Amino acid sequence: MSKYTEDDLREELKTKEYEYGFYTDIESDTFPNGLNEDIVRAISKKKEEPQWMTDWRLEAFRAWEKMTEPEWANVHYKKPDFQGISYYSAPNSKPKYDSLDEVDPELLATFEKLGISLDEQKKLSGVAMDVVVDSVSVATTFKKTLGEKGIIFMSISEAIKEHPELVKKYLGTIVPQKDNFYAALNSAVFSDGSFCYIPKGVRCPMELSTYFRINQAGTGQFERTLVIADEGSYVSYLEGCTAPSRDENQLHAAVVELIALDNAEIKYSTVQNWYPGNAEGKGGVYNFVTKRGLCEKNAKISWTQVETGSAVTWKYPSCVLKGDNSVGEFYSIAVTNNYQQADTGTKMIHLGKNTKSTIISKGISAGKSQNSYRGLVQINSRAENARNFSQCDSLLMGNECGAHTFPYIEAKNKTAKIEHEATTSKIGEDQIFYCNQRGIDTEKAIALIVNGFSKEVLNKLPMEFAVEAQKLLEISLEGSVG
Amino acid sequence: MELKEKLVSSFLAFENSVDVDAYVHDVRSDAFKIFEEKGFPTKKEEAWKYTSLNKILNEDYSVFPKQENALEYKDVKKYLIHDIDTYKVVFIDGKYSSHLSQTTHDGIDVCLMSAAFSKPKYRLVIENYFNKAASKDSLTSLNTAFSSEGAYIHIPKNKLVEKPIQIIHFSTGNESALMLQPRNLIVVDENSHVQIIERHQSLTSNAILTNSVTEIFANKRAIVDYYKIQNDNSNASLIDNTFIKQKQESVASVHTFSFGGKLIRNNLNYYQEGERIDSTLKGVTIIGDKQHVDHNTLVHHIEPNCESHQDYKGIFGENSTGVFNGKIIVEKEAQKTNAFQVNNNILISDKATINTKPQLEIFADDVKCSHGCTIGQLDESALFYMQSRGIPKKEAKALLMYAFSNNVLSSVKIPEIKQRITKIIANKLGVSIGFDL
Repeated sequence: MSKYTEDDLREELKTKEYEYGFYTDIESDTFPNGLNEDIVRAISKKKEEPQWMTDWRLEAFRAWEKMTEPEWANVHYKKPDFQGISYYSAPNSKPKYDSLDEVDPELLATFEKLGISLDEQKKLSGVAMDVVVDSVSVATTFKKTLGEKGIIFMSISEAIKEHPELVKKYLGTIVPQKDNFYAALNSAVFSDGSFCYIPKGVRCPMELSTYFRINQAGTGQFERTLVIADEGSYVSYLEGCTAPSRDENQLHAAVVELIALDNAEIKYSTVQNWYPGNAEGKGGVYNFVTKRGLCEKNAKISWTQVETGSAVTWKYPSCVLKGDNSVGEFYSIAVTNNYQQADTGTKMIHLGKNTKSTIISKGISAGKSQNSYRGLVQINSRAENARNFSQCDSLLMGNECGAHTFPYIEAKNKTAKIEHEATTSKIGEDQIFYCNQRGIDTEKAIALIVNGFSKEVLNKLPMEFAVEAQKLLEISLEGSVG
Repeated sequence: MELKEKLVSSFLAFENSVDVDAYVHDVRSDAFKIFEEKGFPTKKEEAWKYTSLNKILNEDYSVFPKQENALEYKDVKKYLIHDIDTYKVVFIDGKYSSHLSQTTHDGIDVCLMSAAFSKPKYRLVIENYFNKAASKDSLTSLNTAFSSEGAYIHIPKNKLVEKPIQIIHFSTGNESALMLQPRNLIVVDENSHVQIIERHQSLTSNAILTNSVTEIFANKRAIVDYYKIQNDNSNASLIDNTFIKQKQESVASVHTFSFGGKLIRNNLNYYQEGERIDSTLKGVTIIGDKQHVDHNTLVHHIEPNCESHQDYKGIFGENSTGVFNGKIIVEKEAQKTNAFQVNNNILISDKATINTKPQLEIFADDVKCSHGCTIGQLDESALFYMQSRGIPKKEAKALLMYAFSNNVLSSVKIPEIKQRITKIIANKLGVSIGFDL
């Protein structure tokens, strides 16, 4: 393998097929294509929602109708036909399970293929999973353990029924219905998602996690996640995505809202591996996500993301640092290959005194892909002693890809300290030569360098997830990450 | 009447009044169509996100000054770099002042755009270069449509211009509000070297809006040093559009010193059309009051083995606003590019704002590109150190701020300019010490 060069790697990357591209045949209960008020009402009715929820959705829908799709992102794609999508699809055989044995075996096999079979997860890693297949949760585990601590972890549609006071109080407060085009769409038609509430002073004993998959052909997935950490509590939340291989473009427009009350801490980790399209750029998922968190006094929100999939990604997990001494963090690895396009980054809005934020973004582009970092650091006039550090590094493999940085920095307070730095480079021949000299072959050397490049972010992932993240990096950049 | 409508109705009269060369006529008409279609930029445009022109477009500007005004040399001497011999092209309210100017045709051409437009001997240069670097945005097009006067500088092959050239625009306040649209064309041929200083100065507090366009062509191995001194009074606004096209192995640098004015917008664009080109963009901004300074730079790396260096420092006091929007594009063919960009800012008032957006767009893999951006304060411990050694706080602060901007000043190649800038900075910071300690 000593002759393994970057060209070989590039070749391998080009030809690498999407390993997780398969399609589970579960009979689905799907709505006709198109979107109008009746469809919104029908979704709400199907989910047996109370009247206030239906009204909330309709309000969002009416706002959405007046909005136009944003075009400022540095991505080019064929716009989805919003009337050509079915807005609701749930697995048909949807009983309430008490144990995994009752779950559709085909579905279980799906998870096994992904290497994250529920049993295994349950036994070995102690991770409670709220599994979402095409929008409706079919299995919730470890509910009892969590229940003892007073932690509420359930699908959002259940939460609307069981804890309407919490949902009503917080839903849409961080990402309002009219926030943006996709958030409005999501608010109108979201089918399911996760809801999590950690009571005062409780430290969640395990990593909470959900798996999203887009299953039914031509079905958009609109997930809604709401995590509330009450005063002094801690939670680490994991979200992972894999989607089957499809030729037409699929739309994913999720909304995630995090609320960290005084002294609370939320750690939100994502591994995203939606189908990126094939080597010719055909197919793939459109991922337009709105994620935002609010920090009250002394609270901390940390976003960690590994983005390897999707044909088009448009995602800016943000922190509103409202309380004094609150902390926002953003760690991201975005890998694009073939014809993938990613426009991702974060927004740090400093409102309170002594607020701090850290942004570490690593972009790796290969093939003919385009990878953009777009971030906003805003220090408002009352945010005394605010501090920000941003670092955006890009690694380019081959001369057909692009790396872009669009950092917006707005400071309105003289005590603000802001640092931003960005670099772009390729793997240096001298670096590889140095490794070769010491008996490390080129493949391993590239692996070493890419691994080192993204280490700062990988280190931030919870143990349970780090393995999976490594796996996904491997698929995206086979041969370079070991 | 809205300014746009006024400009539209003035255009026909203008076209009839000037002797029309067919080529220039076409360029102007096309440019005018673009302006008519696009209008003035608004905050909705990404490039104007942080700068609103509304507050300066409300004035009732007269587009053509009615009467000429003369100035005595002694009254304006202080605005010139007068301690060295220079060529001068001076305009008063947009009209050429032969009395204050010193032009030449001796081996090099330092003269007027109006002459270049009308005389056949310049025709080839005009057809080859005029409006060939300028972009098609609305303000540049507006200037192109009304272009009639400005400095025309043509340095033929293998000439080292011994004296710097000053291009100076005075406005005398004859009109209650005046809009000026100077247009400069600078062509530097192979192996030649030229230094140019540009300044816009209003002599009264009447409103002035200058929409200036300068096109610079640095041909093979040419060296161009350009200095912009912006220290105008608080009712004068300047939109400066500079376009530089460089051919192989040429070296071009632009230093922009922004110390005053109501609203200043500097659009500085570099296009590298050859190998081994070196481009430098540097600036110091020190403003207070309600001033607004916006630096919008673009460096377009098109060919391999080129370099660009950007270094912008800003100190913002009182209610001032600073904007930096720097863009580096590295094309696929531009391998081995080295592109650097630094933007450092200090806010010294609670009401001051800085918005900065350093952008990189990179399509080549074998490049070294970096950008850095900081916003911070003066170092408290350094201040304390100086105070403990008997330097009063005000002077200590001034010294630190001077040191902060010194990186930019150190690459100024004309000592007299350096001295002048140092004086302005000392003045601005309210201290009487000379910094050349």
